[in-house]
Amino acid sequence: MATPLFEIKDLHVSVEGKKILNGLSLTVRAGETHAIMGPNGSGKSTLSYAVMGHPKYKIESGQVLYNGEDITAWPVNVRAVKGLFLAFQYPVAVPGVSVVNFLRNILKNRRGQEIDLKTFRKELKENMKVLQMDTAFANRYLNDGFSGGEKKRLEILQMALLKPSMAFLDETDSGLDIDALKVVSDGINRLASPDRGVVLITHYQRLLDYVKPGFVHVLAGGRIVRSGGPELALELEKKGYEGYVPAPVGAGAA
Amino acid sequence: MAGKTDLKGLGKEYEYGFHDSTSGYAFQSGRGLTRDIVERISDMKKEPAWMREFRLSSLDIFNKKPMPTWGNTQALGDIQFDNIHYYMKPTDKQGRTWEEVPEGIKNTFDRLGIPEAERKFLAGVTAQYESEVVYHSIRKDLEKLGVLFLSMDDGLKLHPEIVKKYFGTIIPPADNKFAALNSAVWSGGSFIYVPKGVNVPIPLQAYFRINSENMGQFERTLIIADEGSFVHYIEGCTAPTYSSDSLHSAVVELIALPGAKIRYTTIQNWSKNVYNLVTKRAVAHANATVEWIDGNLGSKLTMKYPAVYLVGEGARGEILSVAFSGKDQHQDAGAKIVHAAPHTTSVVTSKSISKDGGRSSYRGLIKVHKGAVGCKSNVRCDALIMDEASRSDTYPTMEIDEEDTSIGHEASVSKIGEEQLFYLQSRGLSEAEATLMIVNGFFEPFVKELPMEYAVELNRLIELEMEGSVG
Repeated sequence: MATPLFEIKDLHVSVEGKKILNGLSLTVRAGETHAIMGPNGSGKSTLSYAVMGHPKYKIESGQVLYNGEDITAWPVNVRAVKGLFLAFQYPVAVPGVSVVNFLRNILKNRRGQEIDLKTFRKELKENMKVLQMDTAFANRYLNDGFSGGEKKRLEILQMALLKPSMAFLDETDSGLDIDALKVVSDGINRLASPDRGVVLITHYQRLLDYVKPGFVHVLAGGRIVRSGGPELALELEKKGYEGYVPAPVGAGAA
Repeated sequence: MAGKTDLKGLGKEYEYGFHDSTSGYAFQSGRGLTRDIVERISDMKKEPAWMREFRLSSLDIFNKKPMPTWGNTQALGDIQFDNIHYYMKPTDKQGRTWEEVPEGIKNTFDRLGIPEAERKFLAGVTAQYESEVVYHSIRKDLEKLGVLFLSMDDGLKLHPEIVKKYFGTIIPPADNKFAALNSAVWSGGSFIYVPKGVNVPIPLQAYFRINSENMGQFERTLIIADEGSFVHYIEGCTAPTYSSDSLHSAVVELIALPGAKIRYTTIQNWSKNVYNLVTKRAVAHANATVEWIDGNLGSKLTMKYPAVYLVGEGARGEILSVAFSGKDQHQDAGAKIVHAAPHTTSVVTSKSISKDGGRSSYRGLIKVHKGAVGCKSNVRCDALIMDEASRSDTYPTMEIDEEDTSIGHEASVSKIGEEQLFYLQSRGLSEAEATLMIVNGFFEPFVKELPMEYAVELNRLIELEMEGSVG
């Protein structure tokens, strides 16, 4: 079989000395969409930050393979330029930097060349239209004073322009009303292609009404504890995470 | 100043640090300051008796006045007044075309991009080299409308009645030790008069260049905007890099008569061996507006607090300043607003960045006099600190003697954010690119107030300062 697009092998990650991921493994092949679901505190955001290379998230052991190459030592920007993408749960504001200026700069790096202004404008306009974003949005400062929905749309806009080959979306559905959720889901579905992988990280099932994953995993206590097809998400929706939450320390067995 | 838009391939060295030979100068004073030197300056300039007296009495004040006891007293204490050349006259001629400017000096200004900037987007230029203005020009149509734009020396010669009426009235010699020093040995600077109702649509620029080691440059600028007129004046400054210090100590007086508007923009980029101790003050009469747009990038120590005295009802003052302090630099900058009439408004915005052990201070005063009802003032100070070795301080003072006012003050100090950096890097920007983007964003409220060519230049200078700072 061909080398998987993305593979996490027995990953252990700590944050400021506290162990969060305990031997997480996951394989994503080109063309697949996976959903990782789990209760609060199970390590979902840690997984996304660790994959992207946040300096606070220390990889204790294990491997993260992208097209067969271990990327755990790669600088953050190199991961991005080579096609890894993380849609943030809480995108960060950078006052004074316009969205349009930011987008043009990141596209230049991703594509390895200056982009003709006219071509760029056209591309931007088309993508903003799909996401039902007003063109005036492009002149605002990056995430500065944005509503939750605006931030999420901008994440999807960046993804649409950067065309990553492996995308992680961290709680992209949180804070969205139903209309925004449809628009954002549509943006995610457009990215799907036979040579891309997508991992949706989510607490709730509702995003999965619009974006259909082929694989669903349950993350609890820092590792994948169960994997299945779309039916698993529905089961979680019905039964909740009760059975997956590790018993609090000191609670004692009855 | 402008025209250099190529952002690639620039070293992190201060690029204006070159210097010319001083051997062909028309006159050089020896080191140190004496009564004799002051008299000789006045003689050479063939000044009226009142100016000679003004200089000599100012010298007495300078000799008596103590050094400031605030700011950076240690660095101030290191100034060796006896080691400075107080007057250097590079040439006897003042050009009205660049061809008339001596070859070596012309080349320097070419390297600084001044003639090119003039051709492209300025209404007039004066270029000062050491103590004297060596070139000045103004667009003919503005001259015909009665706009005066001359060196201060020519202003005194040709329009003594206007100069005598206003010179030293906004900043008297006794104001502070450095204002006294300037008043004693001033030379060069700009004199501008804009007649009633005349709008000067594009900026006038002055460019100040120090060339010699241990030079003292003491230009004097006086701008009078008559009723209902508008003028935008821009100044830029550079100097060679030497191992010993030079002193730049200017006095700038602005008078905005009723309904007039003056915008005064500075991009100060002295080399890091220059003391920049400048007194700048404006008076705004009824419904007049004065804006100081003050950018401080260079110098060893800058102490500068542009002031606006709002003396007529409805007057408005705005001070927008940015400071960038790198290694061995202290930018002690700020603002002073005096509300002395009802319904006057002011806005002060200060932004500073400190890195590589640099120090930035905001020192500000808002004063509201009794009876100045309905005044509004808003002060905002933001400081960004790039590393542990750097420092930022804020010294805001408010003296409010009237109850019927609305005064706001906000201040923030932040370290460059790890989360911001990570977010930008996660989109493919290197750490250096991400840092530069955050810094440029921080300065954006200032940069957007500049004419486009200056905005490009300032961004380029910031990029130069930031180079090699992370890695």
